[in-house]
Amino acid sequence: MEPTIYASLDDVTLSFGEHVILKNCSLKIVRGAITCIVGLSGAGKSTILRLLDGLIEPSSGHVYVDGHDLCHTPERDLVELRQKTSLAFQFAALLDSLTIGENVGLPLREHTALPDEKIRHIVDDALESVGLRHVYDSLPNELSGGMLKRAGFARAIVTRPELVLYDEPTTGLDPIVTNLITDTIVRLREKLGGTAVVISHDLHSIFRMADYVAMLFEGAIIAYGPREEIRTSTNPFVQQFLTGSEVGPIPV
Amino acid sequence: MGILERFGERTIAFLEYLGGMTSLIGESVRSLVHAQIRYAETFVQAYELGIGSLLIVLLTSLFTGMVISLESAQQAVQFGIGSLVGGAVTYTSVRELGPMLTAVVVAGRVGSAIAAEIGSMVVTEQIDALRSMGLSPVRFLVVPRLLALAIMLPLLTVFADIISILGGMWIAQAYAHINPASFIASARQAVGFEDVVKGLLKALVFACIIAFVGCYQGLSTRGGAAGVGRATTSAVVISIILIFGTNFIMSYLLFGGH
Repeated sequence: MEPTIYASLDDVTLSFGEHVILKNCSLKIVRGAITCIVGLSGAGKSTILRLLDGLIEPSSGHVYVDGHDLCHTPERDLVELRQKTSLAFQFAALLDSLTIGENVGLPLREHTALPDEKIRHIVDDALESVGLRHVYDSLPNELSGGMLKRAGFARAIVTRPELVLYDEPTTGLDPIVTNLITDTIVRLREKLGGTAVVISHDLHSIFRMADYVAMLFEGAIIAYGPREEIRTSTNPFVQQFLTGSEVGPIPV
Repeated sequence: MGILERFGERTIAFLEYLGGMTSLIGESVRSLVHAQIRYAETFVQAYELGIGSLLIVLLTSLFTGMVISLESAQQAVQFGIGSLVGGAVTYTSVRELGPMLTAVVVAGRVGSAIAAEIGSMVVTEQIDALRSMGLSPVRFLVVPRLLALAIMLPLLTVFADIISILGGMWIAQAYAHINPASFIASARQAVGFEDVVKGLLKALVFACIIAFVGCYQGLSTRGGAAGVGRATTSAVVISIILIFGTNFIMSYLLFGGH
């Protein structure tokens, strides 16, 4: 059966002044799958997540999420569309004036009329799913980097969004926490049954969780396919990236 | 770069600033009209921004009242018009210095704090996180600070007026032997209730300036820690210039030069 597309970038170009970040970039995100985007630092990977979340608009082209074109959509209408997506930021971006529990429960308190006890129950459940139930009353500055990232995940999934976007979830973490976070992403996808897009440099982690892998180079997707297809790709760019060689078409 | 190009760039930047500020004010007004107000956060901000500024406002107002009295009392007595000192101190405090000095002090303390806090939230992606959750940073951050300042700055101005007059009265008695009863009688004759209300109206407008400029500079922060520093400085500088300019215009409109 042909996989269905949940979100896509259609011929997107994004530039700030003379600096071109994405150039005629097209990408399809398969519904219910984990798509990992790899590429060099500064290639524009995180920009793709921001486009999919409607935080920025492309200079040209279209961004579709669940059939809706996010481009030229007024901020007020985007608010409703953003209920379907959720972005787990690289450094968690938790509000430092709120406790972890308050941070995780914030979207529920602001967007639903659920009673406090029900919200508490849902937040506890979300924190439990990332192994952090015990930090409900802690402030963000009391947590380690790995715990912050997982708290960010809990906030991202608490409303059960259809699309979860993870921005470099394993960057800067030790191998044990990296494995823990990779497993958490896979488990959350299984639990929520939704779609996920993950930006990462960690190849081990990528090939453990990805259903599809896309490689971004010089503002465009130069390789895309199922995990195994990319792993065995003969594309010299992909080969050089996967082997980490200094010799190849990617300038060092 | 030629002069013309530089002029063009500055003009564009100015127009962008005006456009951004208008949009911020518009969205804030819309939130207020639709009663989208976070009351608990407004209360917290009122306490932190208002009560936290009370001591510094009282001290600066006290010394200002004292120095006006010091400069005017002895000479007034010398020219036989000592009975007018109370009026002079009260008139100056209630109509001009009370609202303006309070606003300048609050702009320095609170405007900078607002810009720094929101600016830090921008560089740590907390503002993007709010937008990503479908929450408006204006409703979430700007409106509570605007309301808090709109309530607290006029209140602080009332305290500033009172302490400034009391300081002036004390110095008038200590150095020029003007008795308090004569001081108060002169003050009541020189300043009416209408003057107090107009002074408080000025404070309300200054509160809006401090809140909008502080929040806008914070939300426009770019470039990490250095950017936060720039936003903080600009917030104070722009607020103070606008406060002085607006004070002149409002004095002209409200008091008509009288």
